[in-house]
Amino acid sequence: MQYLLVNYEQTAAVILFCIGFSTMLLHKNLLKKIIGMDIMDAGIFLFLACQGYIKGRVAPIVVNGVQSVEAYINPVPAGLVLTGIVVSVSVTALMLALTVRLYYRYHTLNLDEMIALAGKEEV
Amino acid sequence: MQFVQNFPFMCILLTLICAVVTSVLKGRQARWLTMGLITAVTAMTATVLVYTLQTGDSYVYMMGHFPAPWGNEIRIGVLEALMMTVFCFVTLFAFVGGMVPSIREIEKSKYNIYCILVDLMFLALQALVYTNDLFTAYVFIEINTLAAAGLVMMRQKGRNLVAGVRYMMMNLVGSSLFLFGISILYTITGHLLMANIHESVAALAASGEYKIPLTIVVAMVTVGLAVKSALYPFEKWLPGAYSNATPSVAAMLSSLVSKGYIFLLIKFYVRVIGFDIICSMGVLDVLFIFGVLGMVMGSVNAVRAKTTRLMVAYSSVAQIGYIFAALGLRSEIGIICALWHSAAHAATKSMLFISCAEMDDACGGTHLRKHLCGAVYHSPLLALAFALGAINLTGIPLLSVFMTKVTLTQAAIEVGGRHMAIILAAVAISTLLNAVYFLGTAVNLFTPTKEGDEVLPPTVRKNPFTAIALIGMIALNIAMGLLSQPFLSALAEGLAKFA
Repeated sequence: MQYLLVNYEQTAAVILFCIGFSTMLLHKNLLKKIIGMDIMDAGIFLFLACQGYIKGRVAPIVVNGVQSVEAYINPVPAGLVLTGIVVSVSVTALMLALTVRLYYRYHTLNLDEMIALAGKEEV
Repeated sequence: MQFVQNFPFMCILLTLICAVVTSVLKGRQARWLTMGLITAVTAMTATVLVYTLQTGDSYVYMMGHFPAPWGNEIRIGVLEALMMTVFCFVTLFAFVGGMVPSIREIEKSKYNIYCILVDLMFLALQALVYTNDLFTAYVFIEINTLAAAGLVMMRQKGRNLVAGVRYMMMNLVGSSLFLFGISILYTITGHLLMANIHESVAALAASGEYKIPLTIVVAMVTVGLAVKSALYPFEKWLPGAYSNATPSVAAMLSSLVSKGYIFLLIKFYVRVIGFDIICSMGVLDVLFIFGVLGMVMGSVNAVRAKTTRLMVAYSSVAQIGYIFAALGLRSEIGIICALWHSAAHAATKSMLFISCAEMDDACGGTHLRKHLCGAVYHSPLLALAFALGAINLTGIPLLSVFMTKVTLTQAAIEVGGRHMAIILAAVAISTLLNAVYFLGTAVNLFTPTKEGDEVLPPTVRKNPFTAIALIGMIALNIAMGLLSQPFLSALAEGLAKFA
């Protein structure tokens, strides 16, 4: 319990991940699944971002000639988060576009109903 | 550095450039450019294979100007070059073999998009095989997922769109688990390059620190990649995606996309964590159980399938089960068996998908197994290719999958105990079921139709591209069967230097 409180950012990130994961798997509504996916990704990004942050230090941009490594945070996780966000945005955009297309075709957002309706179509 | 050592990097770059150029080309030009690209990459990869076999050594290629541990790297050895060469040939034959059906089934205005997606899938596959960096692997996993989902949806039918959504949903769960796994690993070790992580993990294992987080990382990465490569019971998305896509796409998805993830998982076990440490964690036992279940349940579902393509799709679940069961045996021969079966299954399954799709069309287009009766009399090459694939997957000696069963059994006997008994029983049941559905269908192809049989009039189309590709695939399968011993020795040699 003590560890969970000390590492509260990581705890929050894992809770967010679990909420997103269960939303994505348990809901039948496509939009809710996409929201779950984004929450799950946000959890991972929060986890990574808080790993790079070191209290009392600043972003690694040389200002006033300070070049000591001790003055700066670790920039690598931030780079990873940025890359991850780009990937996540692309995936969300594709999924939303696909959801719109499927809604026009089947007039429902329920994935199970879509599967049933598609099953009745010709091969 | 010798010039040939630049080839893997050049192949990746060339594929990326071609994908961009294809976006401004029309369908026909895009098609020829993609075919030229795959041919060129195949030739270059084969050259790299010859080079690595001659030197017997591996090398690390630095991407950009930052050395380890900051920069990005690719690593090339016998194992990577050998697997990639097989994958390149399979891509080439799958693309060429399904070219005419893809022209028929994909809208003319969207054909260049199909070629872009094939390029991107091919790019991701190369990157997954060669990369030495875990985060790069994640990025290319996502590119692979997006490209594969797009390919499933290229046939603009409702079934394909729904199959694409299901594919994306399951695969995104897998990708997220993988990303979370490598994020935790980064926080533990402070590295993203595989060699550096390996050193840190070995030090941690020696000191006994971070045992639980490491187990969680391995579990997350394993489940993530298992979901993506359709290990039973995560295979619900597979039948729809494989059986509704165009023949080329079905061949590429089953032969290449899933194998890229499996190769990455093996790389993660051997190069990143270390196989001894993995064996001490118990994760492989879970893989073993699901692998064995997949071997049996995939075959049971294939027996129950009414359409040929669904049967071939479910057979993939069984074959993926073989690969994971081999990995779960915790032995070096098990890994070699998994690698060998990845290559053997890739070569066979692509041939089955291409031939059965064309045969379905020739036999009235109903896709039902019973309507394939006597297909050899009007489509001999298609029927022969299908029959060869069928008897290969059943496990007839002199062919490649027979060697899988021999190696798997050998590994199981070496391990002994319960594992041996379970594997022997599963191989026996699975082979029996394979014989029921594959040999049953193959015999049906050679059975002449009688009066009163429910058979539709055949519509045979001339298709030289499929014919050339199928001849190539038949040659590849026979060559892999006959040269299985040198192939397995090369895998063993590559694996020894892989860690």
